[in-house]
Amino acid sequence: MTDLIKYTAADTAAAIASGQVSAVEVAQAHLDRIDAVDKKVNAFLHVDTEGALAAARAVDDRRAKGEELGPLAGVPLALKDVFTTKGVPTTCGSKILEGWIPPYDATLTSRLKDAGVVILGKTNMDEFAMGSSTENSAYGPTGNPWDLSRIPGGSGGGSAAALAAYEAPLAIGTDTGGSIRQPGAVTGTVGVKPTYGSVSRYGLVAFSSSLDQGGPCARTVLDAALLHEAIAGHDPLDSTSIDAPVPAVVAAAKLRDVRGMRIGVVKEFAGEGYQAGVMQRFNESVELLRELGAEVVEVSCPSFTLALPAYYLIAPSEASSNLARFDAMRYGLRVGDDGTRSAEDVTALTREAGFGPEVKRRIILGTYALSSGYYDAYYGSAQKVRTLISRDFDAAFAGVDVLISPTTPTTAFPIGERADDPMAMYLADLCTIPSNLAGNAAMSLPCGLAPEDNLPVGLQIIAPAMADDRLYRVGGAVEAALNDKWGHPLLEEAPAL
Amino acid sequence: MNLVSYDDAMASYDPVMGLEVHVELGTKTKMFCGCSTTLGAEPNSQTCPTCLGLPGSLPVVNAIGVESAIKIGLALNCEIAQWCRFARKNYFYPDMPKNFQTSQYDEPIAFNGYLDVQLEDGEIFRVQIERAHMEEDTGKSSHIGGATGRIHGASHSLLDYNRAGIPLIEIVTKPIEGAGVRAPEVAKAYVAELRELIKALGVSEARMDKGQMRCDVNLSLRPHGREKFGTRSETKNVNSLRSVERAARFEIMRHATVLDDGGTIVQETRHFHEEDGSTTAGRIKDNAEDYRYFPEPDLVPIAPARAWVEELRAALPELPRLRRARLQGEWGLSDQDMQSVLNAGAVQPILETIAAGAPADQARKWWMGELARRANESGTDLSEQPITPGQVARVCALVAEGKLNDKLARQVIEGVLAGQGEPDEVVAARGLAVVSDDSALGAAVDQAIADNPAIADKIRDGKVAAVGALVGAVMKTTRGQADAARVKDLLLQKLGAA
Repeated sequence: MTDLIKYTAADTAAAIASGQVSAVEVAQAHLDRIDAVDKKVNAFLHVDTEGALAAARAVDDRRAKGEELGPLAGVPLALKDVFTTKGVPTTCGSKILEGWIPPYDATLTSRLKDAGVVILGKTNMDEFAMGSSTENSAYGPTGNPWDLSRIPGGSGGGSAAALAAYEAPLAIGTDTGGSIRQPGAVTGTVGVKPTYGSVSRYGLVAFSSSLDQGGPCARTVLDAALLHEAIAGHDPLDSTSIDAPVPAVVAAAKLRDVRGMRIGVVKEFAGEGYQAGVMQRFNESVELLRELGAEVVEVSCPSFTLALPAYYLIAPSEASSNLARFDAMRYGLRVGDDGTRSAEDVTALTREAGFGPEVKRRIILGTYALSSGYYDAYYGSAQKVRTLISRDFDAAFAGVDVLISPTTPTTAFPIGERADDPMAMYLADLCTIPSNLAGNAAMSLPCGLAPEDNLPVGLQIIAPAMADDRLYRVGGAVEAALNDKWGHPLLEEAPAL
Repeated sequence: MNLVSYDDAMASYDPVMGLEVHVELGTKTKMFCGCSTTLGAEPNSQTCPTCLGLPGSLPVVNAIGVESAIKIGLALNCEIAQWCRFARKNYFYPDMPKNFQTSQYDEPIAFNGYLDVQLEDGEIFRVQIERAHMEEDTGKSSHIGGATGRIHGASHSLLDYNRAGIPLIEIVTKPIEGAGVRAPEVAKAYVAELRELIKALGVSEARMDKGQMRCDVNLSLRPHGREKFGTRSETKNVNSLRSVERAARFEIMRHATVLDDGGTIVQETRHFHEEDGSTTAGRIKDNAEDYRYFPEPDLVPIAPARAWVEELRAALPELPRLRRARLQGEWGLSDQDMQSVLNAGAVQPILETIAAGAPADQARKWWMGELARRANESGTDLSEQPITPGQVARVCALVAEGKLNDKLARQVIEGVLAGQGEPDEVVAARGLAVVSDDSALGAAVDQAIADNPAIADKIRDGKVAAVGALVGAVMKTTRGQADAARVKDLLLQKLGAA
């Protein structure tokens, strides 16, 4: 077995289950890869070598005893540093949580452990998931394995880069406005935002509670589906968790047949600001779907143009409240506690030193939007826009099974290019935000390289809430057809690190 | 400050009150997590990621908390929301783990009700209820090193989060107008009635001395004849019935003094001082205080099924006011006697004493007599006396059996209150049993006759009524332990008047 790191998760699990390779060997291969390339990529904030090897050994022991192993047993995974891990640091990419060791596992973390998944470590992210480039991490930016001088997307740039750099076959992200899908798009990997409420948020450090959703990241649609099934399902610890069976996403990923499906192209997601090569690859995908037997129609969702401003009121509003708990009293950073200062002063000094500029910007924005006298105009109006967007989706889904669009208007931009221009940065999430506001399901998968820069382009598929299986059905078919056309997965065209 | 008198204040002004009462529910677990609510545990031992507000933690609503809130709402004649939500009340304080309190704002679970309260003269005053909503308690700060126990001047503070997340119901009245000179009495009667109601519902013990029920008294004055309310003060955490009345009274006099001087009332929170019944300024509540309420995104809305609400309504216990009317009839009391029982807080102790086997009149006699006197002397509640209804019932039984007379019974009660054990133990230890043994009494009877020959002669001559004086003499020599009836019989026998 050479090149264990290039295996898909499905193949890795099969190889371990059949005894071709041990889980420890697989884990060690990935730890070695991280050792070799992560100084350049900076995908990981924390590598849990001992924990990973212990988890791998446990899988090997279970196999040796003849126990049945789950479909992902022994498969390594890179976990976004926004999920709590008992005994393992969790920083959310922020200085304010430096050194915090959570005393409890997120529900998602427990489910991964129960499934025998080997957690390699915690991945880099924009601070508290606020950003689209991972440049807002307090621990330095992550490079895009396609071009290390470019951003890997964000906020989950670490997870996406870890996949593209073959540091892990699986990763976990969270998607509040596109933080799984946009990194997936710009790194040539697959990312899924499941239906809001289908993956527990217990132990997911909140950015915007009504929008945050954990989800799977992988190099193939089937791997994403396997991970989706491992982490989704009702959790009594999360009041917003949906108590219904998880859609059969693995079966859908294997179907590879879109004949008879009706697919809508969102008219509003095109035009100014969309890179030519992105639109070219997207339009080719539309043609491909037609060739595969789907019926493709144009759909208008006029309220989607209001999604970005609504998002930038709702998300910062909730964040201003969610992040209030970081006050130096109970955990994390504490600045200025020299015995002479009041609790208020220590809190203020800690927040001043511990939060980065983008987090402060959003806390201030959200505090303002919720203030008495402004609430109705800002937060209240934004909630109304949210309703309008849901209605647009409802109307669209009355006529089509899924919607498609480019995932993000451009390919990966150079690190630093938009750092001083928040508005330009926010536009990266233009196409992904409506699904967060409506709470439905969406996927990004690679659909080619933009001719002008040879960088990956993402195709976004959106399905109604709790119809996540449709994402995998369409995604699996597109992926198979494209791989046939290219003769190999897109990622093989990435330069060696 | 020299305050104008209460009467002078009332001659010029009309008080408007608003009462906010927080009730700690008696649920086994906290409002949003599974931690225990038992009081008095080791600090921070009853905590988990959720009630500590650790990053990533989430709340889940306690169904019993919701049920209790609905019961309270129904008992207060409120409408129960078809659909309501929690909201976040954002402000920073170290004893609040998330720096927001999960509460309810413009969508409370219960609203638009009323509570009829009975004043001391029997008049019924209707207090309109604005709302009753659910929220969580904060942790507790202890400020160490300062002189006053307040944060000012303290060297450091200790935080105990055991209380954080304990369910609270906040009950807010509409402005109470028209109470006039009786406003302080109305305030007290309202809180007393509410406390009885909460206890009757079984949703909380509502012990004010334990902080299970806390009252804020908002008060403003307006000149007679004016519609518009004056500026209010908010006196926080007034924690006994008597204090509620005193705080309202003091604030009326203080407001009047300021207004008479041509001053203006500052909108502020005030602290009440038990020692002298005064209030002092706390934090100024300017309009800059903005809680930035918004719907709690971590909790799904609550939509109580109508059938469930109706089930709860049907199962409501007899409301205290109606129950009192029934008891008054059963006990055969006049309005005035019943009112005394109520004012003394003696209904429940009497009922429980009756339940333990005592006749109603006897139960009432002891609670309203000896025990009420002692409660009054020590300034404590009747229900807090260190004697149980069962023990009082046992004393009644001993009297009925002739083993104790009233005087001895009082001594037995005193012994129980002093922690000397059960009534029978006190009787044994103090040798308090009535002496009705003829041989033991014979000498005392003979002595009394010998000491009072003139009275003895009168009795021999048929003036039987004079025997009382001799009985008294016997009681005196036996230090009250003789069975008076038996003594009388023996005297009459010996004097040939039987």
